[in-house]
Amino acid sequence: MTGRVHKYGDNVNTDEIIPARYLNTTDPNELAAHCMEDIDLEFPKKVRPGDIIVAEQNFGCGSSREHAPIAIKAAGVSCVIAKTFARIFYRNAINIGLPILECPEAVDGISNGDEVEVDLISGKIRNITSGQDFQAKPFPLFMQQLIAAGGLINYARERISSC
Amino acid sequence: MGQTITQKILAAHCGKKSVDPGELINAKVDLVLGNDITAPIAIKEFEKISAADVFDRDKIALVPDHSMPNKDIKSAELAKAMKEFARKHKITNYFEVGRMGIEHTLVPDKGLVLPGDVVIGADSHTCTYGAIGAFSTGVGSTDMAAAMALGEVWLKVPEVIKFVYYGKLQPWVGGKDLILYTIGKIGVDGALYSSMEFTGETISQLPMHGRFTMCNMAIEAGGKNGIIEPDETTLEYIKQRARHVYNVYQSDPDAVYKDVIEIDCSKIEPQVSFPHLPENTKPISEVGDIQIDQAVVGSCTNGRIEDLREAASVLRGRKVHPDVRMIVIPGTQEIYLQAVQEGLAQIFVEAGAVFSTPTCGPCLGGHMGVLAAGERAVATTNRNFVGRMGHVTSEVYLAGPSVAAASAVMGRIASPEEIE
Ligand code: SF4
Repeated sequence: MTGRVHKYGDNVNTDEIIPARYLNTTDPNELAAHCMEDIDLEFPKKVRPGDIIVAEQNFGCGSSREHAPIAIKAAGVSCVIAKTFARIFYRNAINIGLPILECPEAVDGISNGDEVEVDLISGKIRNITSGQDFQAKPFPLFMQQLIAAGGLINYARERISSC
Repeated sequence: MGQTITQKILAAHCGKKSVDPGELINAKVDLVLGNDITAPIAIKEFEKISAADVFDRDKIALVPDHSMPNKDIKSAELAKAMKEFARKHKITNYFEVGRMGIEHTLVPDKGLVLPGDVVIGADSHTCTYGAIGAFSTGVGSTDMAAAMALGEVWLKVPEVIKFVYYGKLQPWVGGKDLILYTIGKIGVDGALYSSMEFTGETISQLPMHGRFTMCNMAIEAGGKNGIIEPDETTLEYIKQRARHVYNVYQSDPDAVYKDVIEIDCSKIEPQVSFPHLPENTKPISEVGDIQIDQAVVGSCTNGRIEDLREAASVLRGRKVHPDVRMIVIPGTQEIYLQAVQEGLAQIFVEAGAVFSTPTCGPCLGGHMGVLAAGERAVATTNRNFVGRMGHVTSEVYLAGPSVAAASAVMGRIASPEEIE
């Protein structure tokens, strides 16, 4: 996948990704219309399908609201690359099938607006704008299985139907 | 090699003798929790699993608290979906408005979580119950859905950071100040992916409400869980409440920690955390002149009866500053009643404060005290992120109940010592 980068700093929190005033809905498209609004008011207007969010440390800290990764995914973002993720956001993203990669070097080597190519299976990240290549940490086996099953719900459905 | 309390609880829930940090396990859960914001998504996902029923109708707790009583039509629809699900699956622990509370105050008070349990909740502050020696952690709605069907959750066994608190607390210093000080020291990602084990003589002396406050905010340092070994104080708290069998675990003397951090509590003043991150802490003596528009005492962090007593002791016979709105919100209906019976409600109302039934309300900027552009609040809540309590240019300062009450009187962030 290839996309244009929207870059943010440290500690982007779930209240910024989707403010609580919009939590009275579970509709992904409605959530996407307000995605990142309190950190970047223009984001919902400027994001294009396939775009990539790149951020520094502790992306997604704060609440457990799954509305956050849902809003990002529904906004059309293809992948989030960060130096580290807050742990609930990390598991939520894997559970709902929003691709995420941890790669500090890539974050340092990518600027806002760069064109970036990502291979999720291998974890290879290529900054097309600068020509630099980076390698993200691969997921542990169990998480690869979750991702391959298409998320936790499919995994649970398989478990239920097999017992 | 010795094991920490967190490792022991997790091992016992995945049928192993021991587990190692980094290991991925499927753990059996003793309680699955959701609220009016997260449960509706979980319910939708649960339907997709096509499970015949929930794994155990006694081991699910559904607590409408965030937008309660329903703040608008959309919130009412979410609450209704949750209620219908509870009815359909005969969920024992569904709490209707008028009988509910803020989930993390209500769940332990009802005895639904006990030492040695594994609890997951679709709410980040589920880590609160570490205060009674349970492993509890916040997850997302999809995790909640899968756990309602399977009775299990996938977890990565965390590394553990041990915090050793020693020294006598100064007046007006409590659990809130200890945890704000700790987060100020290690940062909002200082315990990322890790367990925070709170130990030491100061913790042994700390009453239950202060322990709940500390474990509640483990997530604010990125922690997976906060935990305190059960002792006499814990057993006294659960004595009248316990409804199921429980297991008291303790960390081995030779348990392995990622880090050990010692904190001298005798020097800690009441703490205030400045916008827009909980790590921006300052001692009250260095706060300076910060005028406020609102003071809030409540939330899952500081909505217990002891917190209300502390605020009332400052407000007794005084008036809230003419420029300030003060809002006091007890954690549960029981605490609300207790506050009425003890005369605290009268103190608040006579001082010119709002005294409400339980709700999360302003804590997440939902209702019951939303801030306008540029307004400032001091609050006993746990997050001061951009826009957390309302408009994106509003500001939240975190503190304990006595500072919040003193600030309400003075009209600026103030120490209770400043009030004669
Ligand atoms: S009181 Fe605040 S932090 Fe606690 S559960 Fe409610 S919204 Fe979350």
